[in-house]
Amino acid sequence: MADLVERTPCKGLLPLEIGHAVVREARIGRMTVIAPFKGQQARVAQILKSAHGVAFPEPNRSSEAGGCRVIWFARGQIMLVGEDPDPGLKTHAALTDQSDAWAVVTLEGAAAEDVLARLVPVDLRAAAFKTGQTLRSQLQHMNASITRIGATCFQIMVFRSMAATLVHDLRSAMEGVAARG
Amino acid sequence: MRVEGRGLIDRARPVRFTFDGVPHGGFAGDTLASALLANGVRMHGRSFKYHRPRGVLTAGSEEPNALVTIGTGPGAEPNVRATMQELHDGLAARSQNCWPSLRHDIMAVNDLAAPFLGAGFYYKTFMWPRTFWEKLYEPLIRKAAGLGALSGAANRDRYEKAHAFCDLLVIGAGPAGLMAALTAARAGADVILADEGFRAGGRLTGETEEIDGKPGHVWAEDVVAELDAMPNVRIMLRTTVTGAYDQGTYAALERVGRHLAARPDALPLETFWRIVARRAILAAGAIERPVAFRNNDRPGIMTAGAVRTYLNRWGVVPGHRVAVFGNNDDAHRTVRDLTAAGAHVVALVDSRHDAPDVAGVRMFRGAMVSDTRGRRGLESITIRSVSGEDHLAVDCLAMSGGWNPTLHLTCHTNARPLWRENILAFVPVPGAVPGLSAAGACNGAFATADCLREGRDAAGAVLVDLGHAVPQGTLPRASDDAGRLAPLWAVPARGRAWLDFQNDVTVKDVRQAAQENFRSVEHMKRYTTQGMATDQGKNSNVAALAILADVTGRTIPETGTTTFRPPYSPVPIAAMGAGGQGKGFAPERFTTSHAASVERGAPMIEAGLWYRPSYFPEAGETNWRQSCDREVALVREAVGICDVSTLGKIDLQGPDVPAFLDLLYANRFSTLKVGRVRYGLMLREDGHVMDDGTTARLGEHHYLMTTTTAAAGQVMRHLEFVHQCLCPGLDVAFTSVTEQWAQFAVAGPESRALLNELLDAPLSDAVWPFMACGAVSVKGVAGRLFRISFSGEHAYEIAVPARYGASLFRLLLSLAETRGGGAYGMEALNVLRIEKGHITHAEIHGRTTADDIGMGRMVSPAKDCIGKTMSERPGLSGPEREQLVGLRPVGDVKKLTAGAHLFDPDDEAVRVNGKGYVTSVCYSPTLGQMLALGFLKNGRARHGQRVRAVDHLRDLETLCEVVDPVFFDPEGERVRG
Repeated sequence: MADLVERTPCKGLLPLEIGHAVVREARIGRMTVIAPFKGQQARVAQILKSAHGVAFPEPNRSSEAGGCRVIWFARGQIMLVGEDPDPGLKTHAALTDQSDAWAVVTLEGAAAEDVLARLVPVDLRAAAFKTGQTLRSQLQHMNASITRIGATCFQIMVFRSMAATLVHDLRSAMEGVAARG
Repeated sequence: MRVEGRGLIDRARPVRFTFDGVPHGGFAGDTLASALLANGVRMHGRSFKYHRPRGVLTAGSEEPNALVTIGTGPGAEPNVRATMQELHDGLAARSQNCWPSLRHDIMAVNDLAAPFLGAGFYYKTFMWPRTFWEKLYEPLIRKAAGLGALSGAANRDRYEKAHAFCDLLVIGAGPAGLMAALTAARAGADVILADEGFRAGGRLTGETEEIDGKPGHVWAEDVVAELDAMPNVRIMLRTTVTGAYDQGTYAALERVGRHLAARPDALPLETFWRIVARRAILAAGAIERPVAFRNNDRPGIMTAGAVRTYLNRWGVVPGHRVAVFGNNDDAHRTVRDLTAAGAHVVALVDSRHDAPDVAGVRMFRGAMVSDTRGRRGLESITIRSVSGEDHLAVDCLAMSGGWNPTLHLTCHTNARPLWRENILAFVPVPGAVPGLSAAGACNGAFATADCLREGRDAAGAVLVDLGHAVPQGTLPRASDDAGRLAPLWAVPARGRAWLDFQNDVTVKDVRQAAQENFRSVEHMKRYTTQGMATDQGKNSNVAALAILADVTGRTIPETGTTTFRPPYSPVPIAAMGAGGQGKGFAPERFTTSHAASVERGAPMIEAGLWYRPSYFPEAGETNWRQSCDREVALVREAVGICDVSTLGKIDLQGPDVPAFLDLLYANRFSTLKVGRVRYGLMLREDGHVMDDGTTARLGEHHYLMTTTTAAAGQVMRHLEFVHQCLCPGLDVAFTSVTEQWAQFAVAGPESRALLNELLDAPLSDAVWPFMACGAVSVKGVAGRLFRISFSGEHAYEIAVPARYGASLFRLLLSLAETRGGGAYGMEALNVLRIEKGHITHAEIHGRTTADDIGMGRMVSPAKDCIGKTMSERPGLSGPEREQLVGLRPVGDVKKLTAGAHLFDPDDEAVRVNGKGYVTSVCYSPTLGQMLALGFLKNGRARHGQRVRAVDHLRDLETLCEVVDPVFFDPEGERVRG
């Protein structure tokens, strides 16, 4: 009998390059939501630092070390990306595997800010939204997590089921920006 | 006609366009209005009510008359102001509100009926008979009165929405705005400079004034060049700031593609911006007031400033014999500029006895234009003074009643402006919109030098406010002549003198409104419709209220203004709704099995944002019922597969989760054993049922809650509310895992056998009884299994990480098909659950209680839960309530419909006799008849009795027997089998 085959959320939809922006599916590996139990955040922060080398992020911030990134994700929640969570975290926080729950893409290029200005109602200009900053906001009609991971590069996450809509909305915005020349 | 050597047009770039099909020529830099005037086309449209010939009145966005339709077909755009439409090759404009042609318009007969068509005429005329209004009068009036019409076809043009942010938004790029932007930009502030025109400079482009010794428009170009080179400045031309909103938010409409002959497909026609600015400076200038005199609406009569603008900016003199009429010094500039250009100015009529001299023109002091003639355009004017009447042949009259500051945005949050007697105009109240200040003409400063100074000072104040150093520098040299004026609103005379050109409102209408006691300015506005057209009365509001003040014996400030509301100028709904066309309307949520379902020809139905297969047609099946019946049978007899990933899944962890769930659910979950699932009912705070679903205990402190598809978001929000607001002390953490797991129902007598082929370890009844749950290994992949059933059959739900969902679905289908089973869709799922009497949101629709649905005893008496106390209120339970029942047809009519109402057999089927209603129906292939669930008053006590189900909408009546809602396998033997 055939084995189970993996399929990524954006398979067949990406990459997409229009004008000075390109969208690619990001294969960022394991994603775990970490929600510290009462009074346990300091302990969680210690383990994150020692086991993963990353700092516990403040709201709207992320931190990165090697292949591991931790992103502020919601009230009382952070998202550990790229590594399996240290087993020691389990007694201090709720760990929830979300590796398959999110469509994750990068939007990169000189036009990236202009593209997002058409979809996201938040100031994402470099001066206001620096590399490493993250936010939860709307992307068109979808709830999204957006992190600036480079000078002209954003990581965008929406629900896996909405991958096609994400690509549709990014495409419209990219076409509109590119058409201005 | 054009005047050589004048204007800011590019004569090296001729442009061809058509108006009403007639080809014309213009130049790059022209507007449609300037090009039409240059071609001697004076008549541009017909008026709203009287169908009077109308020509261009102004040179800006306030234009009330020259409205045209651009383009044809679905993208045709009505009510485009010819003064704002840039000329481009191939531009095709059509006149509006006339038939069969602009020149010969049948409805012009309305003008002869004018005595009957005054203010409020339809309130008085068309009151009787009452039913005629909607059927006859209103459609007739709508047909006769109006502006342009939409095509009625879906518009494929692109529109766009976008967001921008800045320290300082400068609204208007005239002298004040340019000076403000320059001051702030040089200090390093992030500046957005927006102007509705396609060339910066504002009035400087229409005047001959000099700044710093150079022509005003050259100074403006120099400033723009400096700003353009700065990285902290964004210049947005063709962008009208249309509204001021809370917290420094401004709406702006940018014309992106409207001016281009060849527009790339992807280029939006317009972009609707939301600009969030820490501070804003309004430098929107002023709008010249027309004077109301008899027949002041003929083509050829324009504002004096517009005549100057057409001459200085576009090199067009709109007539061979021009007269100028005004009450102020500013109008004299028009005489001077026209004379200097060699145009023939036949008279200057100044209402003031002490008006200063103007060389080279015949002057009428203390005189007024009292009437005009000319059927399709101005031919002559009548000048009245103490010495009598003079008649002059003219084809263009430039009029000026002074200027109104463009203060609209300062009043968008409901402030009222202040009256300043020395300029006879309203000015903004400082601080009316927090963070917004006004500078220049919109603030009542009409001299260019004052505009520059106010622009600089306003920017300086913003810089101090934002903590920037204020750069030092001298102001450019400019004229400090603000001109003087004397009041002149309307020239007393018989006949009609227009105030609101676009809605055909005259001085007489305003007087009549006052006579009929519509004395409040807001009442006058609504009674006469003054200021209610697409130009929002920009040209007429102040004059109208001045006349109302006069008639009612009040001062202008006592009379007050009407309310200013956004948008400042019209914004297409297409721009506001940009991004919402087609697939942009709402996100589409696709399950991992979507592609496979579509491949099998399954029609999709929307469940919330999710797309779910309705049924899976097989060869030879021509009707959904055939597929549905087959799918029901395969579940009852073999095994069916259904994607249930769309149900909400919430992962809860923490030591206090059992207590949390006991509070959330009506029944108890703290007693649930690890590895078991329990059905739960959740109440709203008001005691009605919110949602139902199963919750599994995966570990001592680890639960997995399932919600319905429809209420997944609502339940998640409810959990957040309860945790954050009602019991923040509980140590729980929860997050949605709906998207993490692809989950499939495997239902039917063959389900266990099927799974045993798939799972790495076989299932047995001892380890996996009904309502068991736990981890399983699916071909080496860590999954979860739940022995639960919505169909009433021996069934499971199997979950794997979503990346494997597509693969697992195909695998399950192939395994099912070898056993005589297959996929089943929403229709079959619905039949299966109705046969079992299981509820959905058709039953828990928000007005039913636990007792209503027969689950009153699930509200645990031994503990508290949200909604419990409220559910115990009198009237929320007992025989007076409509209770869930099953219904079977027992008469000749075998059909049942959802939405039918229930009546006792002998009662008349009218509302007062209603005993309940039908919520869900299906044809049950298992039982060979239609079944229904519904709510019937005291229904549980009425099993065995008969009721009539009457569907008034579908004209159907069915005699039914009231039965237990569980039609099939009431003992539940199959589910445990």
